Amino acid sequence: MTAPDAAELRRRTQDLLAAHPPATTGRTEFLKARFDAGLAWVHYPAGLGGLDAPRSLQPVVDAELAAAGAPDNDPRRIGIGLGMAAPTILGYGTDEQKQRFLRPLWVGEEVWCQLFSEPGAGSDLAALGTRAVRDGEDWVVDGQKVWTSSAHLARWAILIARTDPDLPKHRGISYFICDMTDPGVEVRPLRQITGEAEFNEVFLTGVRIPDSRRLGPVGEGWKVAQTTLMNERVSIGGARIPREGGMIGPVARTWRERPELRTHDLHQRLLTLWVEAEVARLTGTRLRQQLVAGQPGPEGSGMKLAFARLNQEISGLEVELLGEEGLLYGDWTMRRPELVDFTGRDAGYRYLRSKGNSIEGGTSEVLLNIVAERVLGLPAEPRNDKDVAWKDLAR
Amino acid sequence: MSAPTEETHAPDLLYSEAEEDLRAAVRSLLADRSDAPTVLARVESDTPYDPHLWKALAADIGTAGLLVPEKLGGQGASHREAAVVLEELGRGVTPAPYLTSAVVATETLLALGAPDGPVAGLLGDLAEGRKVAALAVPFTASTPDAAQPSGVVAGRVTGAVTGVADAAAADVLLVPTTDGLYAVEAGAEGVAVEPLVPLDLTRPLATVTLDGAAGTRLADGASAVAAVRRGLLAGAGLLASEQLGLAEWCLTETVRYTRERHQFNRPVGSFQALKHRMAQLWLEVVSARAAARNAADALATGSPDTPLAVAVAQAYCSGVAVHAAEECVQLHGGIGMTWEHPAHLYLKRAKADSIAYGTAGRHRETIAELVELPAP
Repeated sequence: MTAPDAAELRRRTQDLLAAHPPATTGRTEFLKARFDAGLAWVHYPAGLGGLDAPRSLQPVVDAELAAAGAPDNDPRRIGIGLGMAAPTILGYGTDEQKQRFLRPLWVGEEVWCQLFSEPGAGSDLAALGTRAVRDGEDWVVDGQKVWTSSAHLARWAILIARTDPDLPKHRGISYFICDMTDPGVEVRPLRQITGEAEFNEVFLTGVRIPDSRRLGPVGEGWKVAQTTLMNERVSIGGARIPREGGMIGPVARTWRERPELRTHDLHQRLLTLWVEAEVARLTGTRLRQQLVAGQPGPEGSGMKLAFARLNQEISGLEVELLGEEGLLYGDWTMRRPELVDFTGRDAGYRYLRSKGNSIEGGTSEVLLNIVAERVLGLPAEPRNDKDVAWKDLAR
Repeated sequence: MSAPTEETHAPDLLYSEAEEDLRAAVRSLLADRSDAPTVLARVESDTPYDPHLWKALAADIGTAGLLVPEKLGGQGASHREAAVVLEELGRGVTPAPYLTSAVVATETLLALGAPDGPVAGLLGDLAEGRKVAALAVPFTASTPDAAQPSGVVAGRVTGAVTGVADAAAADVLLVPTTDGLYAVEAGAEGVAVEPLVPLDLTRPLATVTLDGAAGTRLADGASAVAAVRRGLLAGAGLLASEQLGLAEWCLTETVRYTRERHQFNRPVGSFQALKHRMAQLWLEVVSARAAARNAADALATGSPDTPLAVAVAQAYCSGVAVHAAEECVQLHGGIGMTWEHPAHLYLKRAKADSIAYGTAGRHRETIAELVELPAP
C-alpha cells in the first residue's frame, strides 16, 4: 500500500467530517474519531493515529479541519505528551504500550509530564541520582525531580532513573513510564521568579513501577532520552508567525502610541531589535520551508538560542521604555497557570519570565556546545567522567 | 496609526535546483581560476580584475545577463539567481565588477524600460559580457540624493564624483546629471578616472572627473532618479548575498583552522570559549541567509515589500559579515594578521561592504519610516 497523498488525505478528512459533523459531535468524541481515522498525526503508523503519510502533509488535514470548525486537541496544553512522550513511546514502546498510551495522550484525556531534571542534574542530566531498584516484577523508585511542568495536572510521566550505579553515568540509566497517581509520588509547587508556580518539585518515595512500563532495554535509558530531547528541541512553532508576531509586537505598539516615552537611545535599540526579530522570523520561515521540502536543516538547534536572547533583550528594553510604569508589577499573587504565556501579562512579567528562556529545554550554553560539536564538527572538550562508575564520581 | 503587519506575499527562501547548479558552476570556475593566492597576487598588480576570468564568468557561464530579459540578449533569470552568484563571489572575495555592472548598472538601465535604442543596445552588451558599466555615484550612496549629479551644457557632461566602485574597470559610465542620466564612454575625451587607494583591495575605487565629455542621454530627470533609485535598491539587496557568502567562508575556514591548530595539547576549537563564539557566528550566518534570500526573492518577484526586505537584509547582513571577518582574524591568531593569509582580504571587503549602498544605521532609518517607528 502506498502512502496517501494530499488528495487522499483531503478525501479522508471530508469523510471524517461527514461521519462526525463538528456541530453535533462532542469534542472528545470527535477527537477520538479523528485519531481512529489516522488523521491525528498522519506520519504515525496506521492504527496509532496515523496513515504512514509524509509528515509534511499534516497541514493539509489541519487546514481542512480548521475550515470546518472542528475542535482541536489543544496542543499547547498537552505539549509534553505530544512533543516528547509520544515520539519516544512510538520509537521504543512495545505494541501494548503504544496501544495503551498514544490515543488518550493525543486526545488530551491524559496529560503527561517529564521527570528528567534533578536538583543535582540539570545540564549534566546524565548525572541524575534518582534510583530504580528491581524487586520482582517491579522497580522501586526513590529520588527527587525538579522543574516539572504540568506535574500537578499529569496522569503519566516519562521518567529516567539510575538502575546501575556501578556503570559510568550514561550507561546505568533506564527509562520508565510513571503513574503520577501512585502512592509515593508527591508533587509540590515550585514558585519562581515571576511569583507564579508553573513548575513543580516531584518527590518519589518507594514508587513501584511494573517492569511492563519500562521503555527500551534496561541500561539504555540515556539513548531513549536522546529521542525525547531531540524531539523537544525540534518541536518549535509550526505556525507561521506574522511580522511583529513575537515579543517585539507590544513594544512596537507602545512606541507608536506613546510618543512621550521616546528617546534617541531607545530608538536605536528598538530598531536593532526590530530587525533581529524580523530576521529571526524569516529564519523560522525558512526552516519550515526546508522541512516541508524534505530538506531539514540544523537551523532548529539555533532558533531557541535566538529567541531566548531576543525575548530577554526586547522585554528588558520594554521595561525601560515604560519608565515609571516599568517600576510597577502587575500582580505577585502566587498562582498555578495551566499554560505558560511568554508574551502575556505586563512588561515586568515578560522581562522576568524570559530569563527562563535561556535555561529551560537546554541552557543556551549547552545548546551552543551542541551546535559547535554536532553542526560545526568542533571537537568535544576533554572529559573525566566518561569511564568512571557513577557511584565513584565526585558529588 | 498602525504598522503593516502582514506580508503581501509569501517569500520563497530556499534555493531551487537550477540555482544550485548555477552555484556549482560558479564555484568550480572560481576554484580553478581565482583561488586565494591568485586573488592576492592580482590585487597587488595594476590590474586587479582578470579579464579572462570575467569573460568566463560573465559570458561563458552567462551570469552577467541573469537580470536581462532574453529578448535583450540576457538570460531572463532573476535576482534570486544573481544573488547565488554573489554568494559565491563573496565566498571567494573575487575581484570582479559583478555587483557594480551586472547588478547596479544593469538594473538602472532595466528600470528605464526601453525596448530598443541605446539603452537596449547597452544592456545587450552588458548581458553578454562585452562591456562593463559602472553607475557613477559614490559607493556609499544609498539614495539618488547622495548621487552627486553632474551638470550638462550643450550635451557635454561636467562634474566630479568621488569613490566610484569599479569605475576603472568600466567601459561605460552611467552618469546621473541635472539633465537626466547620461552614458559616457570611459575612454572619451574629457573623462578622467583616477584610481584611489581603497581599503578593500578587491574592489577598486576611483574618482571620476568629467570635463565637457560627450555623452548619450538615456533618460530625463524624473526617470533617471527613479532608475538610479532602483539600481541602488537592487545593489543593496543583493550585496546582502555577497556578505552572506563572505561570512560563510570566514566561519568555515575558522572552524577548519581551530580544529587543526593545537595549543595546550588539544585542538583550540575544543575550548568552550571559542566554540561558543563559532556557534554564535553560525547562528548569525543562518539568519543572514534567511534575510538575504528574502531580499533577493522580494526583488525578483516585485513584491511591494521590497524596500523593507532590502533594508532589513542590509541592516542585518552588514554586521554579520564584519563580525565573521573579525572573528576569523582573531581566532586564526597570529596567522590571521599576516599578509599571506587571505583573512585580511575578507575583513577589508566586509568592512567596505558595510558602508556600501548605505550603512546599517542608514537602513535602520529607512525601516523606521517604513514600519512607522519614528525617531523622537
